Amino acid sequence: MKRLFKTYLEKPELAGLILLVLLIILFQVRSHGVFLNADNLRGILGILPEAGLVAIGVTILMISGEFDLSVGSVFALMPMTMAVLMVHGWPFPLALLAGLLVSAAIGFVNGYVTIRFAIPSFITTLGMLFMARSLTVVVSGGFPPLLPVDLPNWLFTAFVGPGNMFRMSFLWFVAVAVLTSLMLSRTNFGNWIKATGGFMPAAAAMGIPTARVKIVCFMLCSVLSGFAGMLQVLRLGSPLPSIGEGLELQAVAAAVIGGASLAGGIGTVMGGIIGTTLIRVIDNGLVLSHVDANWFKFAIGFLTIFAVVANAWMRKRAKAIKMEG
Amino acid sequence: MSDAIISVRDLHKWYSGVHALKGVSLDFRRGEALGLVGDNGAGKSTLINILSGVHRADQGEIKVEGRPVSIATPRDAMDLGIETIYQYNSMVPTMSIARNLFIGREPTRFSVLGVGILDQKKMAEESIRAIANVDLHLRSPDALVGELSGGQRQGVAIARAMHFKSKVMILDEPTNHLSVKETNKVIGFVRGLKEQGVTGVFISHNMHHVFECCDRIVAMARGEVVLDKRIEDTSIDEVHGVL
Repeated sequence: MKRLFKTYLEKPELAGLILLVLLIILFQVRSHGVFLNADNLRGILGILPEAGLVAIGVTILMISGEFDLSVGSVFALMPMTMAVLMVHGWPFPLALLAGLLVSAAIGFVNGYVTIRFAIPSFITTLGMLFMARSLTVVVSGGFPPLLPVDLPNWLFTAFVGPGNMFRMSFLWFVAVAVLTSLMLSRTNFGNWIKATGGFMPAAAAMGIPTARVKIVCFMLCSVLSGFAGMLQVLRLGSPLPSIGEGLELQAVAAAVIGGASLAGGIGTVMGGIIGTTLIRVIDNGLVLSHVDANWFKFAIGFLTIFAVVANAWMRKRAKAIKMEG
Repeated sequence: MSDAIISVRDLHKWYSGVHALKGVSLDFRRGEALGLVGDNGAGKSTLINILSGVHRADQGEIKVEGRPVSIATPRDAMDLGIETIYQYNSMVPTMSIARNLFIGREPTRFSVLGVGILDQKKMAEESIRAIANVDLHLRSPDALVGELSGGQRQGVAIARAMHFKSKVMILDEPTNHLSVKETNKVIGFVRGLKEQGVTGVFISHNMHHVFECCDRIVAMARGEVVLDKRIEDTSIDEVHGVL
């Protein structure tokens, strides 16, 4: 019993999960049952994958001990690249591939520069935030290009499932979440990510290629952000150069609310998803319960601090429970 | 020297103009516990870093079991059977004991290009055995290393080295920051190495710890070996004298 209690206290995503359940109950009551009805859930689940995919990437990168502020800009640059190429007659699959390659290249540059010059990734990716955003506007020529009409929306944004509850993007999101979760917990590469972020000197001394591990995490984070940006553009039907602004900090907030440690080594994919869901739930729930929507950012900020404090407290409690035998 | 497991000849190392190792030649014999002593900056750490693949020598030769080798990375050293347990601890505190035991050498059920699915059952079973083998009593291999005491962590590190059948175990200041009781435990581990036929290299500032568990003392000063004697042929005073 004590063992079980300790095990759960040590789960980094526990605080976020409890908060999420409490908020859902609160909003359900305050909105007189509108919150959990099918129409509203469909709305939340339709947007969730976009922020969620970014949060997954940011969470994994954070576990490896690094940080990416450029995700919001990559979120805009990737679909813009695709749109411009498609205007020039490229077919969708090739444009998709090119967009993903551009995202991966940005992730590689972020990681390589951070490691090669031993500078904080905060700085590298802050620079990339501006550069990638600028590139987005430059390649668009100032006007968002028109998307072709024959896009494979059935594969990315069409509604599916019982009562058309989900968009296809949600299935992509679930697939990525399951795969990255398994990667982190069940593969040796996941072990290397946690070791690299947990205590790099030890990881390096045990022969883990820490630089390569980090660069792969940077690239994964960028690719997921770019892919998420494409999902949003397909949903909106137009590649605006301004999408994803502020997303980087929301993704960090999501990861942290979900229990990821800014110092690295601690966190789960599930935590990042719980964090993102919490943010989406608050955004939606505040409106439904007739609270001034300008309180949204206040709530996210408060929650971020609160979740970290709660997590630190729970970890301390878990540590205090000594197991005998 | 047929019983030398590692022999180094004329090893030199410069660090940005500083001549840190000035032609060190030394044999590490099979099954021997060797105490390496010396002041800060005497070249002990440089020598150890070269043997464990952290740094490369600028000049000189290293032979392992008679064969000339090149040790470019920590992984090379481990593959040659040289395991180093560092002062700062080669454990990740946020991970479990079982995960720490297998860092970088995880057993996988299948893998592609070195990346694969962990064999968690094997990891759990083997970590329990590995810990028991060094006479360490821990509650569970799932406990986080961050919750262990300093001595217990050294014990896990030694268990890890034993598990991977290392031939030479280098312990860099393993008794630093440890209580008397824990220090005794670590000294016990070092003594236990000999029974298992493992060569131990014990680096310490504390002469008493070294004399308690080693067969041979090598003292270094200013990048050179200044004394190399069997423990029964020397004394703490003599070693202090040459440093």
